[in-house]
Amino acid sequence: MQPSQTPPRANLAGWLYVSPLVLVLVPFFVAPILVVLAASFFATDGFGGLTPGFTLASYVEVLHSALTLKLYLATIKFTVLTWIFTLIIGFFVAYFLVFHVRNQLLAIGLFLLCTVPFWTSNIIRMISWIPLLGKEGLINQALLGLGVIRQPLEVLLFSDLAVVIAYVHQLTIFMIVPIFNSMARIDKKLIEAAIDAGASRFDIMRLIVVPMSKSGIALGTIFVVSIVMGDFFVVKVMSGGGSASVVSAFYEDVGVLQYPNAAASAVLLTLVLVAIVSLILRTVDIRQEITR
Amino acid sequence: MSAVLADMPETVAPATTKAIAPSKGGRPWTFYVLATLFSLYVIALYGPMFCIYILSFQDIRGGLVFPMKGHSLHWFVDLFTQVRTGDVKGSFDRSIKLAVIVTVITVVVSFLAGLGFRKRFRGDTVVFYMMIGSLVAPGLVLGLGTGLLFQALGLNASWYTSALGAQLSWTLPFGVLVMFAVMSRFNHVWEEAAYDLGASRWQSIRLVMIPVLAPGLVAVALFGFTLSYDEFARSLQTAGSLNTLPLEIWSMTLNVTSPSLYALGTVTTIVSFVVIGASLGSIVLIQKKRSSSAKG
Repeated sequence: MQPSQTPPRANLAGWLYVSPLVLVLVPFFVAPILVVLAASFFATDGFGGLTPGFTLASYVEVLHSALTLKLYLATIKFTVLTWIFTLIIGFFVAYFLVFHVRNQLLAIGLFLLCTVPFWTSNIIRMISWIPLLGKEGLINQALLGLGVIRQPLEVLLFSDLAVVIAYVHQLTIFMIVPIFNSMARIDKKLIEAAIDAGASRFDIMRLIVVPMSKSGIALGTIFVVSIVMGDFFVVKVMSGGGSASVVSAFYEDVGVLQYPNAAASAVLLTLVLVAIVSLILRTVDIRQEITR
Repeated sequence: MSAVLADMPETVAPATTKAIAPSKGGRPWTFYVLATLFSLYVIALYGPMFCIYILSFQDIRGGLVFPMKGHSLHWFVDLFTQVRTGDVKGSFDRSIKLAVIVTVITVVVSFLAGLGFRKRFRGDTVVFYMMIGSLVAPGLVLGLGTGLLFQALGLNASWYTSALGAQLSWTLPFGVLVMFAVMSRFNHVWEEAAYDLGASRWQSIRLVMIPVLAPGLVAVALFGFTLSYDEFARSLQTAGSLNTLPLEIWSMTLNVTSPSLYALGTVTTIVSFVVIGASLGSIVLIQKKRSSSAKG
């Protein structure tokens, strides 16, 4: 139904029902974003004081600094690596649960097993890698014991590797759930028909499963990309201060009260994020996807 | 992401009659490869967490890595008695209270929004994308904006005002998305029948919709509680002078290098597991009650 044909009463009722939601989102999402946007145009005295006004100085400074490019490259590197690993693991875990587990109750049980950590603390799950990856951690102990290495590996913890491991550990669930959801809706008759028509299992994967899981992959990608690009604490803790991302630099700026610079960099990041998300949304109608 | 989580229990009932995978024939080799991948994934998912639970039970000589040095509850006592580890007890109290408030608001607001989004209305897309925006926006940036807003309005930031709002901007989109999935399974005939029998709008919500949708509402509550209880990025700039538990853990990761950090991890995860268990348990219970009363 076209919204323009909706009778006025339905409009009023709809707005009444969503008004509490709007009453939360306006002051705590729209207004803060506008405040950050405004602050990015303000001047600063360098001690946390903001002078209302309109200057593009912060943008000029952020865009001219060589650091900005480095931060974006680092952020993109983490995002792409995390996306690839979560996609591969998430896709095959979902595929296994939907197409290989024959008992549906068992499939649901295994699915819940994957989702339970989502409802626990991310920070705790992140620091739980310390006893494994540390210089005296289990992995180094095992490798030393097996004689594979002579010196403990130092790249395991407090490195880019540790950052990616922590991201993949936390975010694969965001791929599994939507991909599982779209795979579970593939009609099994379609696959049987393909088998009868002589398709190989690789053909089925390529021509049926992957195309029909696209919307799940798109949804999962939105979650993974926006979380990695917006993250700062995994980068800060797991890299041991050795790496930075756009938001972790933002965090440092806020720490030294450089609000306009921080705000300008946040606005740029938000624009990049909006561009990526809307590109993905062009391939999938997320609302129809969820309500279907 | 929440769609399946919400309807999982709904699909439990007819489960035994229809298996997803084709049930004939032998296992292809890919089954064994993928089963191995799945097992490794689950081990990698839970293994590290169990390491810190085990290590938190060391005695006073304990360190951050294996091998275990003795076993005792020393670090748990240390956690709640030592001043240098910060105000763990206070932040724990605040986090639980805040999570309860967030849960109640999330359930009520998401339920109403779910009712509203069933029919198209002018401007519904704007509200929908505002919600998606709130979900994907970097939490730290939103938190800073909220903090600056409160400062500009001359209000004090505190965990029960600014942090409450900042957390709702995170839990509500999840709650509403779960409601979308739940509502798409709701049969409108039941509601129509209630109206035909002379029920008012409020009666049909209270006597028909809420009981029917109860498992979905429990799922919304689970999201509300756990997402608030573990929320960090949005609370960092909005909680004011008193910390919530994740903020306390964050400051501990920066300056505490004893197993009391692990002990805190164990305690907070136990709380999460109790909440998850209670929610999933009550969903299963409601479904069981239903299927048995349907048969009898």
